[in-house]
Amino acid sequence: MARHPNPLMSTVPTDLLKDANVVPMSNKDQSLREDFFGREHELIIEPGRTARHYWRDLWQYRELFQVLAWRDVSVRYKQTVIGAGWALIRPCVMMGVFTLVFGKLAKLPSDGAAPYALMVFAGMLPWSFFSTALADASGSLVGNANLISKVYFPRLIVPIAAVMVAFVDFLIGFAILVVLMIWYQFAPGWQILLLPAFAAVAFLASLGVGLWITALNVKYRDFRYVIPFILQLGLYVSPVGFSSNIIPDNWRLFYSMNPMVGAIDGFRWCLLGGESQLYLPGLWISIAATILFVWLGVRQFRKMESSFADLI
Amino acid sequence: MSDTIITVENLSKRYLVGHHADQRGGFATYTALRDVIGREARNMARRAVDLLRGRQILDGAEVDEFWALKDVSFELKRGQVLGIVGRNGAGKSTLLKILSRITEPTEGRAILRGRVASLLEVGTGFHPELTGRENIYLNGAILGMKREEIRRKFDEIVAFSGVERFLDTPVKRYSSGMYMRLAFAVAAHLEPEILVVDEVLAVGDADFQKKSLGKLHDVASKQGRTVLFVSHNMAAVENMCGSAVLLEEGRCIAQGATTRIVQEYLREMTRAATTPLEQRLDREGSGEIRFISMVSEGAGNSPVSAFRCGEEAILHFVMENRTGRNLQKLRTAIKIFNEGGSCVAQLDSWLLGQDAWEVFPGRTSIRVVVPRMTLTPGRYRISAWAALNGNVADWILDAALFDVEGGDYYGTGRLPTTGRVGFLLDHQILTETTQ
Repeated sequence: MARHPNPLMSTVPTDLLKDANVVPMSNKDQSLREDFFGREHELIIEPGRTARHYWRDLWQYRELFQVLAWRDVSVRYKQTVIGAGWALIRPCVMMGVFTLVFGKLAKLPSDGAAPYALMVFAGMLPWSFFSTALADASGSLVGNANLISKVYFPRLIVPIAAVMVAFVDFLIGFAILVVLMIWYQFAPGWQILLLPAFAAVAFLASLGVGLWITALNVKYRDFRYVIPFILQLGLYVSPVGFSSNIIPDNWRLFYSMNPMVGAIDGFRWCLLGGESQLYLPGLWISIAATILFVWLGVRQFRKMESSFADLI
Repeated sequence: MSDTIITVENLSKRYLVGHHADQRGGFATYTALRDVIGREARNMARRAVDLLRGRQILDGAEVDEFWALKDVSFELKRGQVLGIVGRNGAGKSTLLKILSRITEPTEGRAILRGRVASLLEVGTGFHPELTGRENIYLNGAILGMKREEIRRKFDEIVAFSGVERFLDTPVKRYSSGMYMRLAFAVAAHLEPEILVVDEVLAVGDADFQKKSLGKLHDVASKQGRTVLFVSHNMAAVENMCGSAVLLEEGRCIAQGATTRIVQEYLREMTRAATTPLEQRLDREGSGEIRFISMVSEGAGNSPVSAFRCGEEAILHFVMENRTGRNLQKLRTAIKIFNEGGSCVAQLDSWLLGQDAWEVFPGRTSIRVVVPRMTLTPGRYRISAWAALNGNVADWILDAALFDVEGGDYYGTGRLPTTGRVGFLLDHQILTETTQ
């Protein structure tokens, strides 16, 4: 086998060079190295230097979001019999139980004239999304430890992909909701057009809190125990099984600091039309809390990102 | 556009290591309950303080600094292949991790002018439940290939791996050979400007190693990419790398032409082998029993400076059991390596059927007796391995070395000389006149 010709040597036998057959880089490769302004793609690795190109990297690795989310979704139903059916069964059963417990047994009032089941389902859907997203995202980094310790990619992709997977479940649940509304013959009003906005609020709330907890979980594994507890508590503190209107007025503002209150209330309002009332000051506080969490989450994550591989 | 594609300046990486103050030899001694409570309360208080100060939470009262890399600097020009050699624990993988942006350096900097793809492990991200086809897309995406690129090269990858028939079965059903081949096939079709490869070729069977080395050689010489290659396989390093860097305990102690560096490395190994076994720190295992010395002996248990072909050779080990209790089911194995680094023989107590050894506290003497030394003259290194009840207790690579001199193996008065390789086999040569 021909030895690799050492460019440091000035006298290299020509037949060796012939064997080596070094192919010059094609023009396409050239463009990969130079960015839009013709500057060379230069990467400087230094302690404490946040990569200038972090957001550009994120864009370059955008396919990885999809790939990781697809991986988690496909793996879920491998070797199962009911398969994707579970994604339908779970929300239906939850809704049935909630209607029974909160509507019939506890006899909590519904919003306006809307059927209780519908009100519960409309609240349960975003909460279920938040809960799954948080639980999956917080464990996602530790669960993908083998990737994080061996390959480079912007680590933000991992928890976001987990939230995306929860979003897929959300969409399936939404399809069930549509079926339910058809069955109750309940037509939504113009408010339905604002639904994507509230879905986005729910997504951001999950993302913000998720990122913050995920980053801390890598360093302090206590969060593994704290999260299920928070989620269980949250279920009773958020307007899932009940309507926000039953909260006494003097507590309303404090209660609204829970980011999911805005998302769930808004969601309900969109779906149930005028039957559900929207408490605007509470909504703004909730949205502000959501944005705060997103900012905190991203900041904490970016700060700790460089040490993930060492701590995981 | 300058020709230098990688510049590394004073790169350093420090880790913090915690120690438990009242544990000796890696395992706890008996303590009173009040001591345990006191210790745990202090630990909790210390962790709370660490938490508030944002420091890393470590197990143990004492904190040590460990510099995995210290002031490493080198430069690499476009198209060069650099070999990174050194003993285990020298810092090679840490260097690669820093250059792959997986971990951050503590000091220093590195400048990379080109896209980097790292192969630190074969099959990163492979999910056992997904099929081979799905895993190709998954692994490719993780390594940085775009979906379009993977689709384009899909057939090539499948052809290279040879698992076409099983492409749609979950990877958990693959044999380890198929798994490796598929994983390597995906990685081999990466097209970065800079390729960083870490001993991935050390795993797998001989066929796989040959194939992967061949492909790597292809990438390095025919495609003109810049490659950083970490390996223990000196033959591969000499074959592929134009220059090399020798790391020892985190520092770069030599760099330059490959042949010189490889020789330097082998010299280092010899130096390591002559450190008294008892003081050697580069060992793995639980430590319940440890090798503390080795002496070469000849017939009659008398120490010799070198073995002779055809004569009785005894490797006399002394092991120490500091646990204070009897240990069960000791198994020892010795691997013998020639100067090229190839393993030429294995001596194993399990193969001899000696399963029931019990080791008492204190020192135990173990003599490995070879009735007739069949190795050809030369210098050999050994690695020593000991296990208790199936768990590795002590494992030292390059534990010691011994020399074999020419001896009258065949009883003919003719001595084999240094430079012959292989073994002296008992043989006869028969001739017969045929028509």
